Amino acid sequence: MSSPAEAGSSYDGLRIRALNKSFASFHAVKELDLDVPRGSFFALLGPSGCGKTTTLRMVAGLEAPTSGTITLAGQDITDKKPYQRPVNTVFQNYALFPHLDIFENVAFGLRRRKVSGVEAKVKDMLELVELEAQARKKPAQLSGGQQQRVALARALINEPEVLLLDEPLGALDLKLRRAMQIEIKRIQTEVGLTFIHVTHDQEEAMTMADTVAVMNAGVIEQMGTPSELYENPASTFVANFLGQSNLIEGTVQSSGSDVVTVDMHGIGVTIPAHRAHTDGGKGWIGIRPEKVLIGAAGAELDAPGNTIPGGVVSDVSFFGVSTQYLVKMPWGQELMVFAQNTGRDPIFRTGESVELSWRPEYAFLLDHAQDVKAGAEEAS
Amino acid sequence: MRWVREHVIALIGGAVLVYLFVPIFLVVLMSFNDPATRNVYRFDGFTLDNWLHPCADPAMCDSLALSIEIGLLATLVATVIGTLAAFALVRWDFAGRSQSNLLIFLPMAAPEIVMGSSLLTLFVQGGFAGQLGFVTIFIAHVMFCLSFVVVTVRSRLAGMNDTLEQAASDLYATPQQTFWRVTFPLVLPGILGAALLSFSLSFDDFIITNLNSGSEVTFPMYVWGVARVGLPMQVNVVGTLMLVISLVIVLTGEVNSRRRARALV
Repeated sequence: MSSPAEAGSSYDGLRIRALNKSFASFHAVKELDLDVPRGSFFALLGPSGCGKTTTLRMVAGLEAPTSGTITLAGQDITDKKPYQRPVNTVFQNYALFPHLDIFENVAFGLRRRKVSGVEAKVKDMLELVELEAQARKKPAQLSGGQQQRVALARALINEPEVLLLDEPLGALDLKLRRAMQIEIKRIQTEVGLTFIHVTHDQEEAMTMADTVAVMNAGVIEQMGTPSELYENPASTFVANFLGQSNLIEGTVQSSGSDVVTVDMHGIGVTIPAHRAHTDGGKGWIGIRPEKVLIGAAGAELDAPGNTIPGGVVSDVSFFGVSTQYLVKMPWGQELMVFAQNTGRDPIFRTGESVELSWRPEYAFLLDHAQDVKAGAEEAS
Repeated sequence: MRWVREHVIALIGGAVLVYLFVPIFLVVLMSFNDPATRNVYRFDGFTLDNWLHPCADPAMCDSLALSIEIGLLATLVATVIGTLAAFALVRWDFAGRSQSNLLIFLPMAAPEIVMGSSLLTLFVQGGFAGQLGFVTIFIAHVMFCLSFVVVTVRSRLAGMNDTLEQAASDLYATPQQTFWRVTFPLVLPGILGAALLSFSLSFDDFIITNLNSGSEVTFPMYVWGVARVGLPMQVNVVGTLMLVISLVIVLTGEVNSRRRARALV
């Protein structure tokens, strides 16, 4: 999954090579390669137990790798102690020192490094997170959102090469979480430091990060910008974990340099070659529910692709802005369709016959050897 | 009748409080007693004499000094050893840890009279026969205080989140700095509590001390000895003083934490 040159010492971001971590009987991280460019907002996304937190803790130095190397700004930090690394962490439960006030919590790292001008720096940092008024309070006196901001300030003030965020918003309620997502993104843009954000929340990863690495069972499944991952998932896990996907069985008939033609239960569909992630034989044809067009049987659908007839609406959920259908296809599978309520089309009722269609450039093709349900349960 | 039914909880509560406080009140009252006869268990008249001359019987003040001395020494040693043991038991994964955790309870569970007599056997067999005294009392007190210290500090440590130490380490604190800046301040209330408990256990002990004291006389032993001929009123002065000191300690703690809480709101 790593791309740039193996120059190692000249790379100024975080570089992980062949990283492994085994606990007694559990291989948590497997041969992990990763490059995080300096100044980027990077998200490690995956279900619980996928190894993302273990990876983060190895970067922080709180967990020793079984094998592999971690270099940061050209320096090998694999065997450095946590307090010797230019890395700071925002912990999941904040881990604020309960016996110190907010000011001293934020000043902790500066004082340990004997940096001068602590007073002014802490003031500036508290201003950045809008907590100037709380400087002399103890952590227990603050709300969850405020404690979260203290934890952020306490790490940021040290201007680390990499700031690690371990599910930092997990304990907050939905509304506060949204506000903090925007807040953290704003701060990252303002300070320009490298952020690595570990989360199981796909929406959080997609709204905040410029690059997302989807992790599953100790390996990185796919890495890219949020839109790349969403629009062109390379595995069934990514297709199901990031949003929802219809995955339909098909057999590759011909592979050209531009398009791959696949037989889908008797209907020929085409898929752009760069969106086909399998070599031949059988495959899973993937299409996002909102990319599927729905129309009455025999109606003209606004899509240059094939029309797939014979669908019967089996379930309708009206959401106001959109309607979500389940459509039973002739081969027995139920497909999801999200239709915008533009007012142009009628809302279909359960039992009505419909036709489906999609633009070929939105479809993708996945390896048939992968579990068609991978990632569907973990995504919530 | 209806009034009684409606206030029955308050009445019972009041009765329990009276039951708890009558002996304490008596101690304070008797410290001002001016006994007319040898019957020292009757309040005959008010005087400040007992307070003005607390050491009227020098033997009492000697025993008091001995008890305080042993109490402080035993507390210091038991607290240091016990705290170190508690850290080992909570933070170190060594062979025999769970057994040690269990065994540490044994001295607390064993009857004092058994511990006392077995210690005596030990000292006599160990060649201390003619030298029972300060050192043997001190050794015995450290022994029975130790378990209480370990248990008290251990519960405080076990309740402490070790991510705080990870956070300190992440924020450039060396292991030594992490201990003194984060771990120790957070465990300190537990250590202080253990020390207070140790002192009162040591100061109060009669059974074990009596068996291992040789010719030394601690304060509880003095009181036991003179009780047969009539207590000097100064014993009540000491009792009252101890009561006042503990009240002051508790109240200061309370006031401090309230003031801190108020300053933070």
